[in-house]
Amino acid sequence: MKLLYFAWLRARIGCAEEELALPSEVYDVAGLLDWLRSRGDGYAEALQNLAIVRVAVNQDYVGSEHPVRDGDEVAIFPPVTGG
Amino acid sequence: MIRVQREDFDVGIELDRLAAGNHRIGGIASFIGLVRDMSGGDQVSALTLEHYPGMTEKKLVEIELEAHRRWPLDASLIIHRYGRLEPGDRVVLVATGSPHREAALAACHFLIDWLKTDAPFWKSEETPQGERWVAARAEDDAATRRWQGSTKDER
Repeated sequence: MKLLYFAWLRARIGCAEEELALPSEVYDVAGLLDWLRSRGDGYAEALQNLAIVRVAVNQDYVGSEHPVRDGDEVAIFPPVTGG
Repeated sequence: MIRVQREDFDVGIELDRLAAGNHRIGGIASFIGLVRDMSGGDQVSALTLEHYPGMTEKKLVEIELEAHRRWPLDASLIIHRYGRLEPGDRVVLVATGSPHREAALAACHFLIDWLKTDAPFWKSEETPQGERWVAARAEDDAATRRWQGSTKDER
């Protein structure tokens, strides 16, 4: 799975993009975020308040129950502030 | 048409081009977003816009299609810049052309509200206290929600 991080989430996690093999027990966005939080302090800190975290799977906004699978492009970022 | 670019744009040229050759268009509405020098009471010396290449273009195209679905538009243009910008610099241009002003004005307003809450851009500000990420505003979400629901009476 390709993971992309933007804005302060990128800064806290410490990388913009990474390729990770998904454990078999992770099948949705909520599970993915839980698993990522267990990967280190940077992840845990970045993902502690999910009210200010947005997720896009294959470039569409999704909710926490959306399925994820290897081969997906998953982006994790704060609420957007363009315009 | 949508464009995501680092470079500045010329508003006059863009608006002329939007209506060129289409004499059904009776009016063009436009919104130009600029970098402010104040934010939350602090001086801002520069702004850096980061975006999600690929998804940005996808979302802008979707937003533009939605505007065309809701209003009788003959032309539309969204240009959004990224990179480091300074106060007074142009950030975004939204323009819509229609036979009559109501559709052009409403669609332009819709597009700028919607892109503020849907297009994956993030702003980071340089202030005397250091660099900081701009937090999303609840007012922006409320502005977008205003356009959800019935579409008939907006025409």
